[in-house]
Formats: sequence, C-alpha cells, structure tokens
Amino acid sequence: MNAEHTEAVWLTEDHELSLAELAELSGLSEAELRELVDYGAVAPIDPDSSPWVFSGKCLLTIRTACRLRISFDLEPHGVALILSLLDRIQELEAQLAALRAQLPHPTRYS
Amino acid sequence: MKYKDYYRILGVARSATVEDIKKAYRKLAHKYHPDVSKDPEGEEKFKEVAEAYETLKNPEKRAAYDQLGSYQPGQDFQPPPDWGKQFGDSHFSFEDVDLADLFAGLAAGRHRAGPGTGQIRMPGQDYEVTADISLEEAYRGTEVELNLTVPEYDAKGLLHRVPRIFKVRIPKGATDGQRLRLAGRGGKGLNGGRDGDLYLTVALRPHPLFRVSGHDLYLDLPLAPWEAVLGATVEVPTLGGPVRLKVPPNTRAGQQLRLSRRGLPKPNGKEGDLFAIAQVVIPAATSERERELFRQLAEGSTFNPRGRFQQEVKSER
Repeated sequence: MNAEHTEAVWLTEDHELSLAELAELSGLSEAELRELVDYGAVAPIDPDSSPWVFSGKCLLTIRTACRLRISFDLEPHGVALILSLLDRIQELEAQLAALRAQLPHPTRYS
Repeated sequence: MKYKDYYRILGVARSATVEDIKKAYRKLAHKYHPDVSKDPEGEEKFKEVAEAYETLKNPEKRAAYDQLGSYQPGQDFQPPPDWGKQFGDSHFSFEDVDLADLFAGLAAGRHRAGPGTGQIRMPGQDYEVTADISLEEAYRGTEVELNLTVPEYDAKGLLHRVPRIFKVRIPKGATDGQRLRLAGRGGKGLNGGRDGDLYLTVALRPHPLFRVSGHDLYLDLPLAPWEAVLGATVEVPTLGGPVRLKVPPNTRAGQQLRLSRRGLPKPNGKEGDLFAIAQVVIPAATSERERELFRQLAEGSTFNPRGRFQQEVKSER
C-alpha cells in the first residue's frame, strides 16, 4: 500500500484508452463494447480511425453501463438508452452548476 | 456473525416465489441504485438490497440461508454445526465474517475447489470512493487519507471485511466531480488475475468566496459607486495570492472581469480563468459630508435610470 508507487490518472478527455484497455478495465467484452458503440452510447474519439481510441471519460460511462446491466438485468439496447439519458442529465446539471456559479450571491458588505 | 434478514430487506415473505423476489428487488433497485437515485443513502441501501437478492435469487444459496435459521436483524449467531460441510469446507471460523462474504466465499470456494483443477484467474475488485477536499487543496494538489472497509480473502480463502487506510495523492488538476484512477490500488487479484483499481471521485467543499464551474472560478467583486464610474485598481484574492485588477471606468453591475488563468489548474497543464463579477454596493452608513456630496451629484446629474420605462409604456398605446 505505497502511495508513491501508484500512478494516478485523471479520467478526462486527455487520457486516451484503446478498446482492449477499456475492456480490461470495465469488465465488459470487446464485443459488448462494440455493441455499445453501435447503439451510440459510447463514441470513439474518431469513429473512422482504426484502431479506435477512446477518451478516459468513456471508462466511467462504460463502468456505469456495466453496473446497470448487472443490477437491472438489461439488454444492451436498454443500457444504451439509459446511458444517453444519464448523459443528458449530467450535461444539464453541469449547465445548472455553471449558471449558479455566475449568479451573484447576496452581499453583506458594510 | 451478525444476522441479516434478507427477506425483510426485500420486503417479501419467507415463502415468496423467485418471481416475487425478483419483482421486489427491481422495485427497490429503481429507488436506490446509485447511478439513477438521488438518495444520499441510496448506495448503502442498494448494497443491502443487492446482497439480499444475490442470495435469495439462487435456490442453493437460498436453501443454505434458510438453514441458518431465523434471528433478529443484527443478532449474533452461529450457524448449525454441520452447516457448510455440504459445500466442501468444514472448518470455517464465523467470528468476524460478514454474511454476504460467507455466501460469496461458498460460491468462490467451489470454483477454486481442489488443487490441479483449472484455477480461474480472478481480477481483483475495483474500489470506488469519494474524497472531500477544499478548493485550496485542489489548487495545490493534496494527499488524503481514506478509511475504507474492503473485502479480503484470508488464508482459507474466506472473505472478511477489513478496515484499510488508503493514502492517496491527488495531483493538482482536480475539480468537482472529477475522477481519478489509481491502477492496482483495488482488491488483490486471485490466481494471477490483475489487481483491481481504486476510483476516486473528487468532491469540492464550498468556498466562502469562490464558486466553481469546471475549472473556472467566480468571485463577487463589490465596488463603490465612484469606483464603478471612475474606474479603479483594486486588490482581488485568488487561490495563488492577491492580485491587482484594473476595473475600467463605467463598469456596470453584473459585468464579468476576466482574470485569465487564475482559476483551477487543469490536468493537461492549462488553467481555468477567474471571473470577478462586478457589484455596485452602497455604504451601510453615510456621514453628513457623504450625503452632501451625493446631493450635489443628484442636482448636477441629468442621468435618468428609468428612462426606458416611459418609452416602453408609450409604445404600448
């Protein structure tokens, strides 16, 4: 348990992952991942390039997909649908947070 | 070992059919699943529900569970003497074993039964935690100590919940909700399987001055009326220390003054911005001399702040 030896990686757009890495880290098979891409739930950075490269954020989406599939016993299509709705919720929540941050707060200056 | 009433957790009778159990589970999972629920205690509740379902949906595990007998939730109990023998292991110590781990252990034990029979590589479990840090800590990077209770196999291959302290370095680049992956810091893999990972979610504590949006920060900047009109150079706090900001003449309330790259550092080495939102404020108490100056201003000014009211009302007619 030595912190010094562990590489900490931010899961953002800047951290790129291959299909094989995504499969290993998420617990889904490459075939299942391809299916999620087909349904539009996960998108490679450039869908036309080969091999596919994914942003680190995808790993979080896919881990969510994996949990949902197991917990609710869902078909890949159902998982894809939930993921796209969760995505929209997240986007709206981010917008709401951004607007709240810009809203001046009542002042108590004297 | 502490007893858990799986039937009560799912809200079904002990005689419930598999179909009833599935239905009850689905209903509760909808309510508490951490990915879809907003309930702050959802995750804990969902774990309980999932654990109950995991055991009761499987006829063998359910039968084994029923053989334990029925106790009050939380009551300490010992399984019947021969319990566990039918699963090929007779020397359990039930002292500090969690009920869930016992059933998981039984299933895993059978997969790993006997030397030489193909040992399956099992990747270690991934752990997920949230770390509350301050804005200052996110700005500089920090080290946090996290207390986790994690399942670990003992020498006999039985799972135990063990408290562990994790020291995790959070590099700068954090913002609210951002995730960090620490490779290999999760559960140990079995039979050569890779170790699990630790996933950490950063939660920023609210700051009395700065509000966060992504890696940008927002700060209310109070200005006196004359500062807003005439312009001023004012000192503004930033996470990196105070800086001097030039407020241009005729700054309106609500106007945002951008302090480029004074926000939170990003993982890619860039920085967010700091936005100072101008607010025109008036003193709570004024002296006679101040009031006199305002009177002179009122007399000498042709400014009509509500000019638009008349215009708009006219155009309605």
